[in-house]
Amino acid sequence: MINITINGKKVQVEEGITLLEAAKQAGFNIPTLCYNDDLEATGGCGLCVTKVKMGPGYRTMRACTTKVAEGMEAITQDAELMRTRKTVLELILSNHPQDCLSCERNHNCELQQLASDFGIREIPFANIVNEIPQTLDCSSKSIKIDTSKCIQCGRCVQVCQKVQKINALASISRGISTEMKAGGEVELADSPCINCGQCAAHCPVGAIVEKEAIDYVWDALLDSKKYCIVQCAPAVRVGIGEEFGLPVGTNSTGKMLSALRALGFKGIFDTNFGADLTIMEEGSELVDRVTNNGVLPLLTSCCPAWVNYVEKFAQDMIPHLSSAKSPHQMVGPVAKTYYAQKMGIDPKDIVVVSVMPCTAKKQEIDRDSNMSSSGHQDVDYVLTTRELGKMIKQAGIEFAKLEDGKGDDMMADYTGAATIFGATGGVMEAALRTGAYLITKKDLEKVEFYDVRGLKGVKEATVKIGELELKAAVVNGIGNVPPVIEMIREAKANGKPLPYHFVEVMACPGGCVTGGGQPYGGNDKVRVARAKGLYDEDSALQKRCSHHNESIQKLYKDFLGEPLHGKSHELLHTTYQKRKLYNK
Amino acid sequence: MNEKIENIKKAFNEEMAKMKNRIIVCGGTGCVASGSMNIYKAFQEEYKKRGLDYTVEITKGCREGSTYISKSGCQGFCAQGPLVSVGDIFYTKVKVEDVPEIVEKTIIKGEVIERLIYKNPADGKTYAKRDDIPFYKKQHRILLHDSGRINPEDINEYIGHGGYQGLVKALEIGPEATIEEMKKSQLRGRGGAGFPTGMKWEFTRKSKGDEKYMICNGDEGDPGAFMDRSLLEGNPHSIVEGMIIAGFATGACKGYFYIRAEYPLAIERIQIAIDACYKTGLLGKNILGTGFNYDLEIRYGAGAFVCGEETALIASTEGLKGTPRPKPPFPAQSGLWQKPTTVNNVETLANVPYILSKGGEWYASIGEGKSRGTKVFAMTGKVKNTGLVEIPLGMTVREVAYDIGGGPTHGTEVKAVQSGGPSGGVIPPQYFDKPITYETLKEIGAIMGSGGLIVMDETDCMVDIAKFYLEFCVDESCGKCSPCRIGGYQMLKLLRKVTEGTATDKDIENIEKIAKAMQTASLCALGQTAPNPVLSTLRYFRNEYEEHIHDKKCKTGKCTKLARYEITDACKGCTLCARNCPVKAISGTVRQKHTIDQSKCIKCGLCFNQCKFKAIVRG
Repeated sequence: MINITINGKKVQVEEGITLLEAAKQAGFNIPTLCYNDDLEATGGCGLCVTKVKMGPGYRTMRACTTKVAEGMEAITQDAELMRTRKTVLELILSNHPQDCLSCERNHNCELQQLASDFGIREIPFANIVNEIPQTLDCSSKSIKIDTSKCIQCGRCVQVCQKVQKINALASISRGISTEMKAGGEVELADSPCINCGQCAAHCPVGAIVEKEAIDYVWDALLDSKKYCIVQCAPAVRVGIGEEFGLPVGTNSTGKMLSALRALGFKGIFDTNFGADLTIMEEGSELVDRVTNNGVLPLLTSCCPAWVNYVEKFAQDMIPHLSSAKSPHQMVGPVAKTYYAQKMGIDPKDIVVVSVMPCTAKKQEIDRDSNMSSSGHQDVDYVLTTRELGKMIKQAGIEFAKLEDGKGDDMMADYTGAATIFGATGGVMEAALRTGAYLITKKDLEKVEFYDVRGLKGVKEATVKIGELELKAAVVNGIGNVPPVIEMIREAKANGKPLPYHFVEVMACPGGCVTGGGQPYGGNDKVRVARAKGLYDEDSALQKRCSHHNESIQKLYKDFLGEPLHGKSHELLHTTYQKRKLYNK
Repeated sequence: MNEKIENIKKAFNEEMAKMKNRIIVCGGTGCVASGSMNIYKAFQEEYKKRGLDYTVEITKGCREGSTYISKSGCQGFCAQGPLVSVGDIFYTKVKVEDVPEIVEKTIIKGEVIERLIYKNPADGKTYAKRDDIPFYKKQHRILLHDSGRINPEDINEYIGHGGYQGLVKALEIGPEATIEEMKKSQLRGRGGAGFPTGMKWEFTRKSKGDEKYMICNGDEGDPGAFMDRSLLEGNPHSIVEGMIIAGFATGACKGYFYIRAEYPLAIERIQIAIDACYKTGLLGKNILGTGFNYDLEIRYGAGAFVCGEETALIASTEGLKGTPRPKPPFPAQSGLWQKPTTVNNVETLANVPYILSKGGEWYASIGEGKSRGTKVFAMTGKVKNTGLVEIPLGMTVREVAYDIGGGPTHGTEVKAVQSGGPSGGVIPPQYFDKPITYETLKEIGAIMGSGGLIVMDETDCMVDIAKFYLEFCVDESCGKCSPCRIGGYQMLKLLRKVTEGTATDKDIENIEKIAKAMQTASLCALGQTAPNPVLSTLRYFRNEYEEHIHDKKCKTGKCTKLARYEITDACKGCTLCARNCPVKAISGTVRQKHTIDQSKCIKCGLCFNQCKFKAIVRG
């Protein structure tokens, strides 16, 4: 700990932190627009200027990039700094369209918040947005980029290049013409983008947003001929509450289900049910590959951004990907076949809406013909958690006051194994619980695998299942993937023992809990809190292994037959293809 | 004393002594542009034609009594080029046609050709010898001394003139003592900021790191500046030597020359110098048998002005987009590839060999106050002797502009001298007798900068000048930080309003408001200093701004939107204006008063400048 003085207040802070963090601990918030907990500070926006004592006077420095030092004396706010910051903010606003009322980020925008805090009443400079070349890129199925709203903070480029290491986005041109958009003179859809949406999740304004599907969903709900079914991914239940002021990580499954019913959905399903089904299929596939000399290691396939990554960046890994569809893509076809038959509804009238913490899911639903295995598009629309929040607000539903509701009997039951799918390591842990049973025909005594939990980029575990020493790896954050793949390649090329049998990958850091479609403001603290919300639910549930889900057992018995075969194969499995990094 | 270097020196001087004559043709950019390379060739042809013996290279076994015909680097007297010297005799404005006469009269007969020697327009005095000319006499040429006297492509001549003695000295006394010598010299960074070089080196030396790097900043980009270019082209070995000494002192394993690709000749000459050093054992492994290993390599800059900022330069050297990052950490702590790195400007490095060979105390004896040594300036604008000048710090602006520069071109008054380029400001006449030091320039509101000096007279509009520099900075802003990216653009918009006569007093307030935000909140020096030309002209020439705003007038006619040309009754109908008007806006018959069609006029001012009867007025 070191001693510093901030605004005359003597405080002890940890060595190595920035002045921005230290000031926050001392109770002083310094405004920022480019700073983000997940990213290395770049000092772009110029709002966090503070005064640091140097010799007899003070020097203006950026709080975000200045490390504290023993004896440092800093002033983080006085009238002069306030004036400078206000002018900088006015300059930023002069290069921003004044269309807040119709912006996706209205009321949830960092720039708007600062404009409000600073009491901006008029902008003394001419608005220059229309004088500068701008790009509106709507080519992607997941993401919309509107550079006219961009404040050039660089977070999107940084997360894409430095964290995810995809390099789809770049800072193009320079000076006033600088644009943050797809590099290589292509549109985003033709770029190496894997649709993870971390750019949108980190954008402070409305320059990069998910492509909204809200209106299509309202249209479907309005259409009396349509039978609308909704399902929510595991991570949604620990995120949605934040849109209504509940503490970060609150598990609001019951309120969420009530809200969905209140919105007018007829079928209230749960992607968690699909997760249990995925484990049955993927677990069986793992057992099959292990026992029958199949291609190993098996790589999970629940994360569509990761699947995109393999198809674009690691095509030699395609045979390793599990052929099992992702959970919501299993719920879709089952709803349009099994459920439709049971309920006597024409599947063409069924509309399946998936609420996802994810932007890649928007692109997954029609990625190829396998996604129409029911004879119709299996999932019709994908909403992000944020969009669901907006719909609930539009409907005037007071989320916090809702009673806990329940999903429909047939396809909403789930086990603890399913709910932890939303956190990094969750798929692995769920698969191990059922995999062990499938191999040994005995349930585990202890179902928790703490080695695969937590935020470390690459986690490893060795699990003894019967005779087999199963080696597993869990990767979160697609930027952590290359060394793992390299290890697999090297072992294969040199005929060495494989480093792993089974690898789980989630493209977003922390997994789906801070996916590209989750409420804004994700950082490691938020990741831990939301994951806790899921693990707590798992511990509280009586059934914690997917193969114990009775609705799943009934589904196999009544309709699917055996995992991997027949109807299961037809509806629940897919294929992959090589895709070009750039389509020009 | 190093035997190897001494032997090269001795061998070169022995060969050189065999030469009866030496002809040096200036190969600086200015002279090359006015055809000096043809003169260089013409001398060789003339020698061949006459069957006279000559050589263009000093190698072992030169013939006794021969003539050495060589190119040189920039000699600085660019306004008088192409320059040719024959022994002591210095010829200006030489043409290819003059070559046979020079050979006939000066080489063979030993006569001076009066027509070709410099005549001072002020008093009509003529000067046969270079060093007697007032332009040179008032200067203190340390860095430029050999540029113009030696062949920049010949390492032997550099060594023959005492080159690489500084390196030998440094290797003898060791890195700490070398840094001590630098500190004694009180040399400050010549790139603009003026940070003490010895301290900078010491920071890197003391920084922990398995590898350290040295970078030479050759990204000179100020409009009108060509100091570094001339040094790189004129005496490349002095900078290479500086780089080796700096690398040795800071503990670097490798050095990079970051030179903008628009300087192909500088790149070529530095490459020749580096190659020669490897051959001579001055680079590579075990330099001069001392166990010191060091490599040098050139990186090309793509011409972005911001890459002159050291952190942007480092990013660009790494192959990334040239954008700056906040400091600290300073490059000395974490620079190129996160390793301790020293970035020195070309001119700073060029001083190093002289400081080492002659001693830090000698260097510190030149100059004034905290500004010691000499500074090279590129003097341009409305002054008679434009060119490259090197002065002891502490000399006054008046001495530079009038004594060396020869005063204003058109005989009008000098209105201001701009120093420091787009980051600098104007020095008005009331400060012409202040000494040029880092401190006084800062006080006045200008800066030393890298050394551009632009002399302005009554025909220059101060608002237009400010707009020119700001346009430059807006173009060159990297776009990373909002104060510079948007602030510069908005300020330029307001300045344009002033030059178009649509501004109000409120706009000036807003200019000042933006300037304050840019100065305090911009990420790097480009944005922090970009408002300087505007603020400085506002400080000293506010009346001109007010004239534009209130009277809608630009006295100089530079702000074309405000200009209006009319033909008065003094018109004799000579038709000169009508014939030369580029848009045919003037009509009239011979010996009759002409008129200007205001709807066609583009306010170029050509008619105004050409009218012999002063019959055209500017409103």
